[in-house]
Amino acid sequence: MKEFMFLFRGGDEVWNTKSPEEQQEHMQHWQQWIEGIAQQDKFISGERLHYYGNTVMNDGKVIDRPLTEGKELVGGYLRIKADSLNEATEIAKGCPGFEWDSKAVEVREIWPEK
Amino acid sequence: MVSVLIKIFGTENIEMAEDVVQDALVKALETWKYRGMPDNPRAWLYRTAKNKAIDIIRRNKHSSVIDFSDPQKQLLTSGYTLTTTMNNYWQEEQIKDDFLGMMYACCHPDISQENQITFILKILCGFSTKEVAKSFLTSEDTISKRLYRTKEYFRKHKIKPRIPASEQISLRTHTVLSAIYLMFNEGYNSTHNDQLIRKDLISQAMSLCKSLLSVKRTQLPEVYALMALMCFHTARINSRLTEKGELILITKQDRSKWDKEFISSGQKYLNKAAFGKGLTTYHLEAAIAYEHCNAKEYKDTDWSKILKYYKLLLKIGNDPIVFLNQCLVILELKGPKEALIALKNVENNALLKKYYVYHATLGEIQERLGHNTKAVKHYQKAIELTQSKQEKQFLKDKIAHILN
Repeated sequence: MKEFMFLFRGGDEVWNTKSPEEQQEHMQHWQQWIEGIAQQDKFISGERLHYYGNTVMNDGKVIDRPLTEGKELVGGYLRIKADSLNEATEIAKGCPGFEWDSKAVEVREIWPEK
Repeated sequence: MVSVLIKIFGTENIEMAEDVVQDALVKALETWKYRGMPDNPRAWLYRTAKNKAIDIIRRNKHSSVIDFSDPQKQLLTSGYTLTTTMNNYWQEEQIKDDFLGMMYACCHPDISQENQITFILKILCGFSTKEVAKSFLTSEDTISKRLYRTKEYFRKHKIKPRIPASEQISLRTHTVLSAIYLMFNEGYNSTHNDQLIRKDLISQAMSLCKSLLSVKRTQLPEVYALMALMCFHTARINSRLTEKGELILITKQDRSKWDKEFISSGQKYLNKAAFGKGLTTYHLEAAIAYEHCNAKEYKDTDWSKILKYYKLLLKIGNDPIVFLNQCLVILELKGPKEALIALKNVENNALLKKYYVYHATLGEIQERLGHNTKAVKHYQKAIELTQSKQEKQFLKDKIAHILN
């Protein structure tokens, strides 16, 4: 089995406009989605990322925000197990972030160490 | 609350669960002292405990203290799912299930009955170690050791607190019910305490049984039967002791003091127990207790019905104590001669020889036969064998009565 990482892009602009109840309900969907993955024993880990941060450039300059902003921002990641890129991609299609304003889920295989 | 937390942290981390509850209670006391009690103290406590649990999970996410291998628990390790998963653990229905699940874990067949009850009182009934020690008239040290042993067992075998699957439920419930019944008996006829009746144990036993009845999966006929049995016995509690705390036999009890509400709820439970195929000892014992409750006067008691139930009971299991009780029924129904003949069948039983009721019964029979010297000797033997102050006094009175 291979390991993959989902990079969730976008989805943080709408979050703050929602009521706590709506946020809670939305997180229920995330919970259900990830629970489904966990029950197949394919969940490894995953975290949400805060929308602020710094970026260190190659010339040593520090930018006081993530490199990409808004719609392209990486809002979180999930590590999972799957047999193939195709299977991982199918799983990624169920991402609840699309219910709101998620722009994309990037599915990337984790470099296999031999 | 402890049950939910044990489910989250695992039975190997019971102390962690207890600490969280302790912390939540301390925080409640501190906060409520200044701001007054919140509208819903229960919800407040749950929320506080939940937040503490989240802190602990975050802190231990990468350590091996908590076992996250269960898919449900894996979700506690991710920021995406921690809060929601945690909230789901605290749903009202879930809490009820966890409480029962913990009850089944405490009554694991490999744990001795003594340890089962000790653990239930401590973890589920919220008794302090001191209170549990008092219930068993033993030292806090002994209780701590018992608790430690059970915790070690949980840790070693990673026992999961949950309601067993349907094919096992009847067998496992059997152990749970005997623990509840033992707890009830200890309350009803305390062998370890100066007080003969301990209402705290009785009400704990009944509420444990009630919680089994509150969930569909554990609404088994024998659970209803035990509940009925306990209701009938409890109905008579207030007539069993004089104001000075001396024992009154059922022959002399003031029947107007019997609690009609308990009797009628006992009847309701007994009716509900009448489904399914199994006739358990609880059914029969409840039926016997009901016959006693149903008689307006002692002389109205339907002894032949009761004798029939005893015969059925002995068919289920050849329990010498049940046999002894049957002899008492024979004594009422057919007189002392027959009863004495029946008792001859068990005169070599080692267990009975150490049981004070056996000697008290022999005393009663001999007294009725007019063999006063023999009767006194049996009563004296019975006095030696019981630890209860009230029972001793009761038997001494009987001797005094013969000698006068």
